[in-house]
Amino acid sequence: MTPSPHRIVSRRRETADTWTVALEPLPGHELPVFAPGQFGMLYAFGVGEIPISVSGTATRLDPLRCTIRAVGGVSGTLAAVEPGDLVGLRGPFGSTWPLTDAIAGDVVIVAGGLGLAPLRPAIHHLLAHRDEYERVVICYGCRSAAELLYVNEFEEWRRRFDLDIDMIVDVGGPDWHGKVGVVTKLVELAAFDPDNTIAMACGPEIMLRFVALTLKARKLPPERLYISMERNMHCAIAQCGHCQFGPKFICREGPVLRYDDIEQWLKVAQL
Amino acid sequence: MESIEEELAGTRIFRHLGPQQIKSIAELGEEVEFPDGRALMIEGGLADSFFLIRDGFVALQTQSPAGPITIETLHNGDPVGWSWLVEPYIVYFDAHSRGLTRAIRFDAAALRQRCADDPQLGYELMRSFASMIVERLHATRLQLLSIYARTATA
Amino acid sequence: MGPTVHDGAIVYRNVHSATDLPIGWGDEQEGGRYRLRRREDEAVFGYAVGPHSWKQFLHPPRLRLWRARRGDNGAGLEFTEEPTDAPRYAFFGVRSCELHAIAIQDRVFLPSANPDQSYAVRREDALLVAVNCGEPSGTCFCSSMGTGPKASSGYDLALTEVLDGGNHRFVIEVGSELGALVVADVPHRLAEEVDERDAAKVTAHAIEHMGRHMPEVDLRALLYANYQHPRWDDVAERCLTCGNCTMVCPTCFCTSVEDTADLNGEEAERWRRWESCFSIQFSHVTGGETRRSPRSRYRQWMTHKLATWIDQFGTSGCVGCGRCITWCPVGIDITEEVSAILSDPIPPAETS
Repeated sequence: MTPSPHRIVSRRRETADTWTVALEPLPGHELPVFAPGQFGMLYAFGVGEIPISVSGTATRLDPLRCTIRAVGGVSGTLAAVEPGDLVGLRGPFGSTWPLTDAIAGDVVIVAGGLGLAPLRPAIHHLLAHRDEYERVVICYGCRSAAELLYVNEFEEWRRRFDLDIDMIVDVGGPDWHGKVGVVTKLVELAAFDPDNTIAMACGPEIMLRFVALTLKARKLPPERLYISMERNMHCAIAQCGHCQFGPKFICREGPVLRYDDIEQWLKVAQL
Repeated sequence: MESIEEELAGTRIFRHLGPQQIKSIAELGEEVEFPDGRALMIEGGLADSFFLIRDGFVALQTQSPAGPITIETLHNGDPVGWSWLVEPYIVYFDAHSRGLTRAIRFDAAALRQRCADDPQLGYELMRSFASMIVERLHATRLQLLSIYARTATA
Repeated sequence: MGPTVHDGAIVYRNVHSATDLPIGWGDEQEGGRYRLRRREDEAVFGYAVGPHSWKQFLHPPRLRLWRARRGDNGAGLEFTEEPTDAPRYAFFGVRSCELHAIAIQDRVFLPSANPDQSYAVRREDALLVAVNCGEPSGTCFCSSMGTGPKASSGYDLALTEVLDGGNHRFVIEVGSELGALVVADVPHRLAEEVDERDAAKVTAHAIEHMGRHMPEVDLRALLYANYQHPRWDDVAERCLTCGNCTMVCPTCFCTSVEDTADLNGEEAERWRRWESCFSIQFSHVTGGETRRSPRSRYRQWMTHKLATWIDQFGTSGCVGCGRCITWCPVGIDITEEVSAILSDPIPPAETS
């Protein structure tokens, strides 16, 4: 699959090492349509390509947005792009958050750190179709207040009355007056009906395993929990073999996977 | 409004205690209330109390030159304090209320004496606390790991 | 492309006439051992498969995927997909295990979504002349994998070589219209009962002389239940993670991409090259590799080949050709590893 040229429209710093960039296709090129949960492959000319979290699926009014953490050569280059720069984009790839299956029930969203990025389009969808769902709970955990993504938007979400949203940090500084602890604590405190809930979680794998345990203790059936996984990606079309997780190709059966489907594989170290 | 006994019976930490045992502990409890910003316990003080939060928010903190660092926050149903379980019975971390907080307070010395007098109750109580401490330790370790960083050891 | 002697092995290269074929050559294969030997007859196909497989032609080791050009001062960016430029292939001497391997790779590269164009073009136009084995090697086990020794489908022509003293002949089965056209140009006669019987004898002989045997059990269930078997520690002490097995295996398909740019920064290319899951960087994620230990990498290769492949593509990934055994420098034998786990599997977990 060949990338399609895109121009960077804007760039916003989220935290010390994370940026959100907005991009649009060059004239004559179609905008790929990403559903919540899907990812793209973003190419920095001559440097390389990485999988990126689509944190804002494009609408008529809003360009496509991706949130990038600078951890290496390619991501560092991509995180440093300026408006007007040209990059390549391939996509959409992968599976989507089960927003249709979640209709008429409670929705629990658990995000950890950068994991909020691929969940952001799902949150937008839930809020845009709020009356189709019952309770909507968002549990967000990160290291400290400085690590919070989408700060302004988060404040807007907090002000809503139709959303139960809370944040918890690993360690609270003198200016922090919110909750401190592991994100599983928020899940323990959340109000939802385990018989009619779909949970969606994204974050570090360690977090996902413990969130799953906490939800199990709350009697959520394992087939009602969906998690987003990450592995090394090259082709993104299940032909290079890199992203295999047991029998699953994260680029095709994932990144959103149903927990009961992969529960046995999560238990195998160095799978 | 629930009695102390009914309240205890519904908590996570005491879920394995039998009704007689719950009654026995409930006798030692008293309802207390803390306005915002009060200290339930202060680092270095005598650990003479054990609290169970009924409704509210408590921050476990330690003071640094730059201000208080919050290690963990505790919420409805959470126990506060376990330094009273082991010698030298000295409080390790501050606990401050955030917002109006209602709790049940138990006199630590009386609780320890009750355990000594009734070893069966004492054993069950220790098991309950052990399981709470294990949970806390797990959570603390996860907090320690910086799981959200680029690598878990960053 | 056909078999020919080169550098001490029978490999697949351009062949121009029958004299290029390895007439009178045989081989000896064992774990970590491959030798050619001179036969006492003039058999054309008197050997088992060598280090090459047909995947090097259908799925080339290095392939440019696209080129990109950037305009002056970053104005404009254009990507051009690489046009498929491949010769029209005829594969001469394809064994049954290899036909199965090609069919297996078809499932990888020709799914309905995102078929690999370069593979599709090469595959569509290829003429496949198969050979039914008469001489399996010490490492062959196609019989127990259900992939041979007789070719059952997927060929244009299938030859069985009958060495009958002075009556050296080839019994040919036609598998397609194209095959029929090719055979029409070759001097031939209709096969008689004795020919078909002799051909059947060749196959029967092959079945009886397989060098190895894969236990015919539910390998998927076995390996899914034994991720923590101590045998993995055992094989890890022997495995060098050299990746030879993945290079010679006719179904292994993993690749990596390489992005390059010229010194001016105006032109860039993306290349695809073969890669092995045994390499340490294969499983790289931020902060490290998910498969650090040789133990995890060998386990990945073997469980993928025999178990998870079935969930992914509907068949086993292994065709019993034995190349991985022959070309492993320390002679690790996939059938032996399976047998070891099978003989002492981890008991099923007690339900709580």
